[in-house]
Amino acid sequence: MGQLPNLNEFMRISRRILAGLATASLAVSVTSCGGGSDTSGSFDDTVTVGILHSLSGTMAISESTLVDTEKMAIAEINAAGGVTVGGKSYKIDYIVEDGASDWPTFAEKSKKLIDQDGVPVVFGGWTSASRKAMLPVYESKDAFLYYPIQYEAQECSNNIFYTGASPNQQSEPATDFMYKRSPAAGKPFFLVGSDYVFPRTSNTITKEQLKSLGGKVVGEDYLPLGNTEVAPIISKIKKALAPSGGGVIINTLNGDQNVAFFKQIQDAGITPSNGYYVMNYSIAEEEISTIGPEFLEGHYGAWNYMMSIDTPESKKFAADFKALYGSDRVVADPQESAYNMVYLWKQAVEDAGTFENSAVREALVGQTFDAPQGPVEVMPNHHLAQTVRIGLIKPEGGFEILEETDGVVFPQAWNQFEPSSKGYACDWTDPSKGERYKL
Amino acid sequence: MLLDSLFNGVAIGSVLLVAALGLAIVFGLMGVINLAHGELMMLGAYTTYVTQLIFKLPLLKPYYNAYVIVSIFFAFIVSGVVGILLEKTVIRKLYGSPLETLLATWGVSLILQQFVRSVPLAYGTGLVISLIIGLFLPSVFSSKVKESINFKYVKFSSWIFAALAGVLSGNLISSSVSKLSRASARNVDVTAPAWMRGQVEILGTAFPKTRLMIIIITLISVIAITLFLNQSAWGMRIRAVTQNREMSDCLGISTEKVDVLTFGIGSGLAGVAGVAVSLLGSVGPNVGGNYIVGCFMVVVLGGVGNLLGTIFASFGIGIMTDLIGAGRLLSIWPDMPLPLSNTINFFATTSMARVMIFALIVIFLQFKPTGLFPQKGRMVES
Repeated sequence: MGQLPNLNEFMRISRRILAGLATASLAVSVTSCGGGSDTSGSFDDTVTVGILHSLSGTMAISESTLVDTEKMAIAEINAAGGVTVGGKSYKIDYIVEDGASDWPTFAEKSKKLIDQDGVPVVFGGWTSASRKAMLPVYESKDAFLYYPIQYEAQECSNNIFYTGASPNQQSEPATDFMYKRSPAAGKPFFLVGSDYVFPRTSNTITKEQLKSLGGKVVGEDYLPLGNTEVAPIISKIKKALAPSGGGVIINTLNGDQNVAFFKQIQDAGITPSNGYYVMNYSIAEEEISTIGPEFLEGHYGAWNYMMSIDTPESKKFAADFKALYGSDRVVADPQESAYNMVYLWKQAVEDAGTFENSAVREALVGQTFDAPQGPVEVMPNHHLAQTVRIGLIKPEGGFEILEETDGVVFPQAWNQFEPSSKGYACDWTDPSKGERYKL
Repeated sequence: MLLDSLFNGVAIGSVLLVAALGLAIVFGLMGVINLAHGELMMLGAYTTYVTQLIFKLPLLKPYYNAYVIVSIFFAFIVSGVVGILLEKTVIRKLYGSPLETLLATWGVSLILQQFVRSVPLAYGTGLVISLIIGLFLPSVFSSKVKESINFKYVKFSSWIFAALAGVLSGNLISSSVSKLSRASARNVDVTAPAWMRGQVEILGTAFPKTRLMIIIITLISVIAITLFLNQSAWGMRIRAVTQNREMSDCLGISTEKVDVLTFGIGSGLAGVAGVAVSLLGSVGPNVGGNYIVGCFMVVVLGGVGNLLGTIFASFGIGIMTDLIGAGRLLSIWPDMPLPLSNTINFFATTSMARVMIFALIVIFLQFKPTGLFPQKGRMVES
């Protein structure tokens, strides 16, 4: 752990040097195809952006919904007159690249989008592993990645904008709710997750938080990715929670491991009616319909956006998406986040009056947007201030919103429960502070 | 407590066993390294899904509760037929060259995965139906017809009939079950009928019914395959060929037929395993890949070519997984010395239990490279 700051120091210096080189050489990419080929005559020019998600492999199911949403946002912006920069109107064009659920491919395709296609911004990624693979590319080329997924934080890059929730915008309010106000309030916790970086970091935070709340974690287990044999975990949960007549299970399992988990805990009698309540961080509307609401009914979820939010913005977002892609499709938090980031980029570019990176970066901080979840604002740590909601999964699917925070929750890139990052924050607007400074 | 632990071990072991049983025959008896075994399981799991949807049609709705039982037979046939096709077109040409078999079957596994992603399941079902008819229709004719010079025309026309039947049934299914008419890479879900959900109480301990069902499926498969191999004429021929191919050939056993049959049965059992795993998790193109390593591990540990070894190995691994992964040793012996209990706690997670079990298997194979029950006899020496 002690070596980390040194490494960061080294990276910061090398990044400065590279950044200087990059900005000097990297021309603003505005592909001018202003000739006769452009069918819509109302635009002066075209700007091409990059979209980089997995369209094949295990993650394709989830990530393709983000591509759909980003395309929808771009189409909406174009229909409303495109992006106006320096008095010229630009039509947004996009290049979609396939990350193929393979993390090195994400880095490779990022290089291609930045160097060959010269895009000013890339919207992309889902898994933390793919983001970690892309991060050095964007930092060394001083390019821009917009990343739309709730994640474990403990990271704050000058070249990434994180529009998903940081832990204090999802897991912390959720833990607080489960410990204080859920039907299992005061009961012990059991933590279950897939074996990779997000669940482990997220659970470390939860454990520290429960320590300060006075709660108890009676067990913790991780399922290797791809493994669906949950029998040992189930017997551990029973052994740990049965003496107190049930309890809270925090679930950060990934994808189809959830199906195995929920099918089998129901068979084993680990159900809300027996006093066991599962709080999920990776199950949104899309997953509820795949896993089957009959297995999830009565358990909980925590998100910034839920499809059942009863506002005109939220309803319009869901209706537009259904109109475009079919009435059986749903929208969920990751999609809303992807939708927001396209709009935030557009606003920042317009305010900056240029596509040039450092100007856009400056203009982006402080941008507000009336998102489907309500107002959001970009903070100096490149994360988004947003509302947090706790939902109960309904028998027919979707969430019943039980509570939502009073206004927005400000994001923390460095977690305040985890000892190694306690007391640190991130601020890119102040050159003396930067990625990690002591509060 | 002990009963609970034993049951859990047996439950984990029976999933391993049912998955490895087919491989024990294909790899154990025939020596074919079939990397597409997992995908044959996947086909079985998808067969369960398709059967479930078909049993939701108004005509079959009254019998919905029985669909899992029916799908066991369907899955056996579907995976068996695909296996037979695989044997006839790919593996037969590659006997005696294990590396090439390995590569070719891996290729087949990729093709099958992509097939379920990009072909609507209704037409996939149609294709399988036409394969079944095409392969088996010629064999219903009397031997007089078979020996006649024009039998190739009979064969040809039965394939045409099969193709027609396949197209018709594919269209019929796709028009009556809308969920099957579109290709999708998304994982699908098999929901057990109500009588198979929840738990039963035996001797004061509650057992999940789906786990019991899987144990029963495994038991029946093991008994059936043992009876078949030891009692039936074809079973004897299979054993004869696996023990000494040349000699059996000399004595008039059609080794070609035996190969097809053995491979077909091994593949069919993979299909049955597919039904079992579909009850536990979701059904997707990658479902087979999750089990293939475990299958090979069980067969190698048990001793290649020995069914009994496979049975012991899978239950052994199952019980070990539960003992280590759920930290049972601690509850059996609560006041063990601190360093030991810390070590056990360290391995008492699912990930670490896996590491531990692999390590134990590697150590075991160092001392007994031929597995628990090595095959004895001339074949091994040659």
